[in-house]
Amino acid sequence: MDILTLIIFLPTVGALAMLLLKRDSDAAVRGIALVTSLVTFVVSLPLFFMFDPKKGAYASGLGDLIQFEVQKVWIETFNINYHIGLDGISLILLLLTTFLTPLCIWGSFPAIKQRVKGYYMAFLFLETGMLGVFASVDLILFYVFWEAMLIPMYMMIGVWGGPNRVYAAVKFILYTLVGSLLMLIGILWLYFNGVPGVHTFSLIDLTHLGQIPAGAQLYLFAAFALAFAIKVPMFPFHTWLPDAHVEAPTAGSMILAGILLKMGTYGFIRFCIPLFPDGAHHFAGTIAILAIIGIIYGALVSMMQTDMKKLVAYSSVSHLGFVMLGLFAFNMEGLQGGTIQMINHGLSTGALFFLVGVIYERRHTRLISEYGGLAKVMPKYAVFFLIVSLSSIGLPGLNGFIGEFLVLLGAFKANPVWGVCAASGVIFAAVYLLWMYQRVFFGEITNDANKKLKDLTGSEFAILSILLIFIVWIGVYPNTFLSLTENSVQMVLTRLGG
Amino acid sequence: MSNYLYLIPIMPFIGFLINGIWGKKLGEKAAGYIASAMIGIAFVMSVTAFFELLGHDPHHRVIEKEFFSWIAVGDLSIPFGILLDPLSAVMILVVTGVSFLIHIYSIGYIHGDPGATRYFAYLNLFVFFMLLLVLGNSYPIMFIGWEGVGLCSYLLIGFWFTDQAKATAGKKAFVVNRIGDFGFLIGMFLIYSTFGTLTFSGAMHGAELFVGSTAIIFWMTLSMFLGATGKSAQLPLYVWLPDAMAGPTPVSALIHAATMVTAGVYMVARNSFLFIMSPGTMEIIAWVGVLTAIFAATIALVQNDIKKVLAYSTVSQLGYMFVGVGVGAFAAGVSHLVTHAFFKALLFLGSGSVIHAVHHAHAHAGFKGDPQDIRFMGGLRSKMPTTFWTFFVGCIAIAGVPGLSGFFSKDEIIWMTFANGHPAIGVIALIAAFLTAFYMFRLLFLTFYGSWRGRKDQEDHLKDSPKVMTLPLTVLAVLSIIGGWIMIPYALGGGMQFEHFLEPVFEFANNFAGEKGHPSHMAEYSVMAISIILAISGILLARAWYLKNPDIPARLANRSKLAHKVLFNKYYVDEIYNFAFIQTFLGLGEALWKSFDVLIVDGIVNGVAKLLGWISSVVRKIQTGLVSNYALMMAIGIVAVVGYMVWKI
Repeated sequence: MDILTLIIFLPTVGALAMLLLKRDSDAAVRGIALVTSLVTFVVSLPLFFMFDPKKGAYASGLGDLIQFEVQKVWIETFNINYHIGLDGISLILLLLTTFLTPLCIWGSFPAIKQRVKGYYMAFLFLETGMLGVFASVDLILFYVFWEAMLIPMYMMIGVWGGPNRVYAAVKFILYTLVGSLLMLIGILWLYFNGVPGVHTFSLIDLTHLGQIPAGAQLYLFAAFALAFAIKVPMFPFHTWLPDAHVEAPTAGSMILAGILLKMGTYGFIRFCIPLFPDGAHHFAGTIAILAIIGIIYGALVSMMQTDMKKLVAYSSVSHLGFVMLGLFAFNMEGLQGGTIQMINHGLSTGALFFLVGVIYERRHTRLISEYGGLAKVMPKYAVFFLIVSLSSIGLPGLNGFIGEFLVLLGAFKANPVWGVCAASGVIFAAVYLLWMYQRVFFGEITNDANKKLKDLTGSEFAILSILLIFIVWIGVYPNTFLSLTENSVQMVLTRLGG
Repeated sequence: MSNYLYLIPIMPFIGFLINGIWGKKLGEKAAGYIASAMIGIAFVMSVTAFFELLGHDPHHRVIEKEFFSWIAVGDLSIPFGILLDPLSAVMILVVTGVSFLIHIYSIGYIHGDPGATRYFAYLNLFVFFMLLLVLGNSYPIMFIGWEGVGLCSYLLIGFWFTDQAKATAGKKAFVVNRIGDFGFLIGMFLIYSTFGTLTFSGAMHGAELFVGSTAIIFWMTLSMFLGATGKSAQLPLYVWLPDAMAGPTPVSALIHAATMVTAGVYMVARNSFLFIMSPGTMEIIAWVGVLTAIFAATIALVQNDIKKVLAYSTVSQLGYMFVGVGVGAFAAGVSHLVTHAFFKALLFLGSGSVIHAVHHAHAHAGFKGDPQDIRFMGGLRSKMPTTFWTFFVGCIAIAGVPGLSGFFSKDEIIWMTFANGHPAIGVIALIAAFLTAFYMFRLLFLTFYGSWRGRKDQEDHLKDSPKVMTLPLTVLAVLSIIGGWIMIPYALGGGMQFEHFLEPVFEFANNFAGEKGHPSHMAEYSVMAISIILAISGILLARAWYLKNPDIPARLANRSKLAHKVLFNKYYVDEIYNFAFIQTFLGLGEALWKSFDVLIVDGIVNGVAKLLGWISSVVRKIQTGLVSNYALMMAIGIVAVVGYMVWKI
């Protein structure tokens, strides 16, 4: 079996293995879940070293860029293939997934006490779905993974979520389904008309040989873009996100923010832009403006939140606005910035959700007003919270700055007005995060319930430290990651005719 | 040394790591020594580097080292590199030198505070970022330092974080600075899109060849200057600095007087080659500088908090520096930066010594009062002799008494306003100089002269600070006296060695501006004379009002109640900002969330869901449960889809 297939389906194997366990073997379930996800991560690491970032320089389509390619016939009649492979962009997102999943599973141990087996099975199935989405080169295969992933996520919110979980889960699934149905129609259109004379779902063929009339590109772009824009989520399709986050368990939020939202932005850079460059040019202005509105809107609304988790959720709207703006700047700086910002957001916002989860486990409330003065009783927690907040604010030397700086630089190059408007977001980010920080950590402890709070446990400390290593790494030496995606981004630019 | 330049910023960073990680175990004493030692080593290295630079011939005094590629994307390449030239050499000497003294002082000042190790860790981290700021060879590296010092400022202002007011002051500083940083970012974007590079040498090269529209240079430099107004507390972004006095006093001395707040001046000086190309920006800088100088000076006239007076004085003095660079006298602006670092650090540390003593006196007497209110001081001259005479030196230095450092640097700036054709700015600067002398001596007389205005039991406990605190005061006092002697103008027979040392850095700017002609020494003497007369009158007026007839100020305040109230309340600028910006944005955030998200978008989403629910309740009737019905439906569906596709093909 090839390494990529192994990585994708290892979590499923782990999930199925759980079926063999008896009812009351929670400890064994946790063990299997953690070990499976860790093994998946370890097996995925060689990809990083085996990947050749030089391959596919000046590529005009995806075919020259894909490495670790595997192609097997799946449904011959319709020319549907089990066709997987990775380029730089999908590689770093796949690694982000295998990296974050064990941390999320480890972090779930104290939080999930009910229906333990179901939870970890869902989590592992979810991982397979996410990995499959990033590795798929065949559109139908992609679509299957994309939809399959929804089910475990739906269950995680709906079963292990907070008090209002059913509403949030249904809202999440409805929003997403509406988008993906349109995408399915688009995929079918591509099958019949994408490459003249051939019926194919292969992304490689479509980016190489595809000749899609400019008029049709508009509709196709719109269909795909809607599906992805909901997933990102872009303003004004974002209202499912705060509800989903607030109700989801901590690890669910981490994976939702860390990976699932990236599927939307990944969809744009992998499908929308390279397949429909004319469509992309047509809609670039609109999307950039929506992205900028999202940046400022998300920040302003964040400012007023009373629930810490909701605040972080709205900050995601703002951060993903940066990613989208970068992608639609249509230049190297912007696209590279947007790509690295996907990773940054996964790390920083994942860490923020984890931090909120830490305090929620102790006090079972996320209301900012319940806290105050925590720096005194939980100094280690306060330090981590501050560093992660600063990374989210975009302090140079930490990861967030690299993404924001490149995105803004690219946006400014594309259109100075975009750059200036979006840059004002850096002011608001400082306001909402530092204000929350002050209300939670500074001042005297006024609430008796907080007087005896325990500082970080060993495993919490370890999880945060691991995240922190990457937060600093990307801040100090981003070239490790930027160099992986350069050729893929160049291909997108070539497709755009730049 | 040149191969080891990177060690200069690394030393304080090591100190930060040691104290940040093991501080609690090391204890307060060791933490203080380690932190000070690291800065001491960095200072020695800076001196070595300085002499090495001096060994080169004046036009080759540039050492540039690149260590690795920080960000490389397409054509954009940002190296992680440092640049040592006369300007950065002066800056690192001032930064490490003054920092060293303040670290030593801090050992005494922060003694007994439970957060002492955290304090030293922050202080070291600050010096690291400050050194990066002045040594960086590109805008982004400078920006790392720029934001980093802002972070340390935030952490140190809110050092006593259990006090919400102090935490709020820290946050205010960070956010207001972020507004400035926004300008810095835009400036960088314009530089990159115009010159295609972000290194200083690249931009300079681009500027030399630049033939495009000066409008772009105007916006470029104006954006950068917005960044400078944030960091260097100029109108309209000065509001954070007075509040920043909530931090420990040595922090006020180091960050909020001597080093960080001068970063804006350094930035303009570093980019003299760009600013000089935009006369419009230069005009704006000079005017913002002089208006800030007089605006802050008027507020300082009536404040009663010893640190508030010094804070507004700092804002005002920074204004002078911007006047200097704004009228094209870059070297003069930097000169004042250096001398101000000496005497203002001295004054702040002196005030810290006073507060320390008064605080202990209060504590001994079991009295809970404000130890910073000068209305309840007086007569400290005999109780704290070393603090007094060093503070006195600071006062005469800032007031512009001839022979001391402040006289030479400030006078050069005022003279250059006239020499370069900005008489209106010069006149306002002179008036502000008069006010400076007045408010500083008001402060001196109220604090140290007369008799103690507190309780008798407190007075008995007043004593001078320990050696570890008075020694740095003495060193700074000496520097405040002699620091200007390398800046003595030709008119007074001096050699202006300092300005000559900096000359190569400003060569492009000076050539661009062209020769202004040599105004006569006579003109220079007259300006100097006026300035001296104004300084002496300011001092004498303060003596008359606060020493000889102490009832005059109260009578005056009574007679012009409105004016006094406006000044005392700092022109109500904070209140105006709060109403115009903060409340507006908070309201906007609330409105967007509650109306747009909850009412409109979710209203539509939930409405659609309800509609679907209704439809499905109707459609449910079709769900007959008969498999043959379903099969029929499916068949119809497939035929429709396939039919459509066949038709399309």
